[in-house]
Amino acid sequence: MTEIQAMLSIKDLRTTVGSRKVLDGLSLQVSAGEVHAIMGPNGSGKSTLAFTLAGRPGYDVTGGSVSYCGEDLLSLEPEARAQRGLFLGFQYPVEIPGVNNVYLLKAALNAARKQRGLPEVDALEFLMLVREKMKIMQMDESFLSRGVNEGFSGGEKKRNEILQMLVLEPSLAVLDEADSGLDIDALKVVANGVNALRAPDRAIVLVTHYQRLLDYIKPDRVHVLACGKIIRSGGPELARELEARGYDWLLIEAA
Amino acid sequence: MTENAQLHDLVGRGYQHGFVTDIESETLPPGLDENVVRTISRIKREPMFLTEWRLQAFRHWLSLREPTWAHVRAEPIDYQSISYYSAPKVKTDGPKSLDEVDPRLLETYEKLGVPLHERARLAGVAVDAVFDSVSVATTFKDRLEKAGVIFCSFSDAVQKHPELLEQYLGSVVPLTDNFYACLNSAVFSDGSFVYIPKGVRCPMELSTYFRINAAKTGQFERTLIVADQGSHVSYLEGCTAPMRDENQLHAAVVELVAMDDAEIKYSTVQNWYPGDENGVGGIYNFVTKRGECRGRNSRISWTQVETGSAITWKYPGCVLRGENSVGEFYSVALANHCQQADTGTKMIHIGANTRSTIVSKGISAGRGQNTYRGLVKILSTAQGARNFTQCDSLLMGDRCGAHTFPYVEVKNPTAIVEHEASTSRISEDQLFYCLQRGISEEDAVNMIVNGFCKSVFKELPMEFAVEAQNLLAVSLEGAVG
Repeated sequence: MTEIQAMLSIKDLRTTVGSRKVLDGLSLQVSAGEVHAIMGPNGSGKSTLAFTLAGRPGYDVTGGSVSYCGEDLLSLEPEARAQRGLFLGFQYPVEIPGVNNVYLLKAALNAARKQRGLPEVDALEFLMLVREKMKIMQMDESFLSRGVNEGFSGGEKKRNEILQMLVLEPSLAVLDEADSGLDIDALKVVANGVNALRAPDRAIVLVTHYQRLLDYIKPDRVHVLACGKIIRSGGPELARELEARGYDWLLIEAA
Repeated sequence: MTENAQLHDLVGRGYQHGFVTDIESETLPPGLDENVVRTISRIKREPMFLTEWRLQAFRHWLSLREPTWAHVRAEPIDYQSISYYSAPKVKTDGPKSLDEVDPRLLETYEKLGVPLHERARLAGVAVDAVFDSVSVATTFKDRLEKAGVIFCSFSDAVQKHPELLEQYLGSVVPLTDNFYACLNSAVFSDGSFVYIPKGVRCPMELSTYFRINAAKTGQFERTLIVADQGSHVSYLEGCTAPMRDENQLHAAVVELVAMDDAEIKYSTVQNWYPGDENGVGGIYNFVTKRGECRGRNSRISWTQVETGSAITWKYPGCVLRGENSVGEFYSVALANHCQQADTGTKMIHIGANTRSTIVSKGISAGRGQNTYRGLVKILSTAQGARNFTQCDSLLMGDRCGAHTFPYVEVKNPTAIVEHEASTSRISEDQLFYCLQRGISEEDAVNMIVNGFCKSVFKELPMEFAVEAQNLLAVSLEGAVG
């Protein structure tokens, strides 16, 4: 695979948060159809990578480049990135009181459709689409009338993120700790949802702390992020090795 | 500068009702004395008791000073430079039907989105249109008359139902109540009158649309709504004015009376001209609104969306006299640019087991100052009274202000009074979450603000709720970013 073909190509990316250097020369290639897992110890920069890709204010890029589907990702506003099919599944989804879940989701879908020159989605079709995806995520009907993440449990918030992803059908989904705080049943549901999105024209980047999510979502590539860069890449076996041996041996090797 | 040009553009777009109708008016010369009061009364061919009432109010007004306790800064008003009566010229004594109304007036209301042609109106809303000092048209009169409902201009009521006016006028807001209410009592020129007879459920929404057009005039209208035993009415009020550099005074009085088991729902979408982004011009909206739950099990509900005016000073309240009566106040007040809002409510619990609910949502942006001021007073007679107050403020930017002055007086130990308050900013987390879903910043802000106001908007009649949401979006244009 050459770099030109990669959907996402990150080269020597450096990101500063406040006065702290977090990403320090990170490079990564992700091609369409692939699932990549980014693992690493706490504070290694995993979430910073996710936020930098999504364009969160306060995450200042001081060097390097990111191309996404042939475009310079870093030159795009956050909403423009999203409209072009970049989806971030948040580790801590925020509550927006009084704003209906379905309303937000519809506005999001229509924004992406507008970008592609498509008309707004028909209200009835949209509702059917959401219901179908809710079934995959085993979500209750009451979800439709509730506010965005309003009063949701941790598990419900995580499921809602994946539901949104399934409705929006992004080209590139970056899921930040999609598994944290989930019991085993909820974990299976979330993994199911992610697997449902897998397709030859899509890519998924899983940011995760633990191997267990990877028991349910088979990654094509596994990367270890430490001290702001990728220090080791491998196949699914690397995740199992990390689960058995922890990160320390890699950190020592890298040093 | 480009930034300034952009701002101007936004403000220009921001207020969409700022046009002036070129129509010949009969306007009294500026100034106020007993003669002016007598003249207004004579033009309206009022009975003696009303002329006397006005004069009594005027004489009392002379002894009053403007209140200074509100958290607002206003240019002093020269009451002698205002004209107290302005009416579009008509050939006859007043339009008998819509065909006699000047087409330019009809056009004005058409432009404002309030078509007066009954066939053009959405079914279910009757409108009384007040242009400067007088009512120009009331729609659906026949259908309402069949149901026994009286809905007419105040001037009509003076001629046709003087006995009802004599009985109820000033019975909720006495002419000595406060500076502006007292001034209104002396010089009010028109407004709406509603009487719902016993046991009648008003067959449609009633609505008054107030429009200030003439320059250098004040608007002093009066609304009186009486809901007799077991009756029910929902009433809507909307207001706009042209863009002018001077401040114009609007000092209205609204009185509501609910008898046993009666229910009045009063909704306002106030969009008077707010002045420009530097605070030049705009309406001074100094209004007294009060309802009395006179009978048992009666209910009065105020819902207001206040987006306009340079200064808003109003406290729609409820006097809960009847046992088991209920008072409600739902409010969204927005202060953007240099707007100042000092608004809230008064809930006076007199009867046993009276209940009141207050939900206030204040939004401050630009250099706007938003104050919630509320009084919950529970008298010793109000056994088992309950109040719940929720008072939330949302700040946008770092030059605006939110202030809260809740007053609670409890004289009965069985009363339960709850007060919840919060102040928040639109959080960056919320904003980024929406952006990450592909939603533009402006849409995201509107979405979040509308979510913040949802518990108030759901109290509005459907048609008004949509208007209120759009209005909020327009009023907030350029507030972020």
